Amino acid sequence: MSAPVITGHGLVKHFGPTAALRGVSIDIQPGEVVAVVGASGSGKSTLLLCLAGVLRPDEGEVHFRGTRIDDASEAERSRLRRSDFGFVFQFGQLVPELPAIENIALPLLLDGVSRREAMTRAAEWSGRLGVDDVGAKVPGELSAGQQQRVAIARALITGPSVVFADEPTGALDSLAGEEVMLLLAGLARAEATAVVIVTHESRVAAYASREVLLRDGAVVTRAGVA
Amino acid sequence: MSVPYALLGILERGPAHGYELKQESDAVLGSPVQFGQIYSTLGRLEKAGRIRLAAEEPGLGPDRKRYEITADGVEEFRRWLAEPVAPEPRLQATLFTKTVLALQSGLPADEYLDAQRAAHLGRMRELTARKVDADISTALLADYALFHLEADLRWIDQTRARLETLRQEVTR
Repeated sequence: MSAPVITGHGLVKHFGPTAALRGVSIDIQPGEVVAVVGASGSGKSTLLLCLAGVLRPDEGEVHFRGTRIDDASEAERSRLRRSDFGFVFQFGQLVPELPAIENIALPLLLDGVSRREAMTRAAEWSGRLGVDDVGAKVPGELSAGQQQRVAIARALITGPSVVFADEPTGALDSLAGEEVMLLLAGLARAEATAVVIVTHESRVAAYASREVLLRDGAVVTRAGVA
Repeated sequence: MSVPYALLGILERGPAHGYELKQESDAVLGSPVQFGQIYSTLGRLEKAGRIRLAAEEPGLGPDRKRYEITADGVEEFRRWLAEPVAPEPRLQATLFTKTVLALQSGLPADEYLDAQRAAHLGRMRELTARKVDADISTALLADYALFHLEADLRWIDQTRARLETLRQEVTR
């Protein structure tokens, strides 16, 4: 087994008096698709945000490619999130004023890639996600499924090492959800991008190669299971 | 079939007459079992050395017999509880029976449900992988199984979350 791309060790996170994480450890291998599952309030979104450098854990460490990132400066973590991580959320993540194709190109433009180059690569990715025919439309004119495909294209366009997806199919009906998961899992495997998916849906979790079950802020270890 | 294990589970808590076994197994299995099936199952379990006659009381009829579990029987019952059932649609009767029996015997029902959850999700992963690049018939057949397994899994999660309340009710 190769070195993990991202690790969380002994992660503890409180919100006021409530413990969201009580010492969670997790290793994500390069290119693997992992589902983080558990009931509402089990800490799964908090874990994702700690791994992604959005939240700082109260205790424990997060390492990306062997370098500790939880204690890095805000500027450094922000750079990581832009260039090495991709994000897909349930909804509300696209810039409403921008056409789909520009939403996809946005991370490259923010990173200083030329507009011409960024738009060429965005066109390529919109083709891979099957949204090339709606590139000129703004998010409000797209179906929920199309919006998620645009979001996935935007998350993958920088060639990130890890994509963090929080309930990526939560706003979709079952068929649109399936299509989004097939694309997300399939493209991530093709690009050797690791994916951490937070979900409460078992059919979504079944696209991952393994699951991490959280209960009350801790990983459930299954005694007696091979 | 869960009848022999239901009987072993009840006897694991203490010796019982055929009539008591019938009453308690009806509650645990969720549907009534014929007396004839109870007595024939007891006969098979006795022959297999998993239970034995504790006492034969004077009188007429089969219910003068009192049964107790053997060490082999205890082992067999615990092995069955701990082993996840092959994940397939419409398991709820078996899963419910296992959960109630485990709670009544003070055995770790939570661990059994977690193991069952893992077995179910493992099967769902196989079916999901089979759908990739499959023709539409294969994909829809896999979907049929996936939706049923998902329903089971939601039941497992719900039961796991309400285990303490169930424990209080079934161990009263």
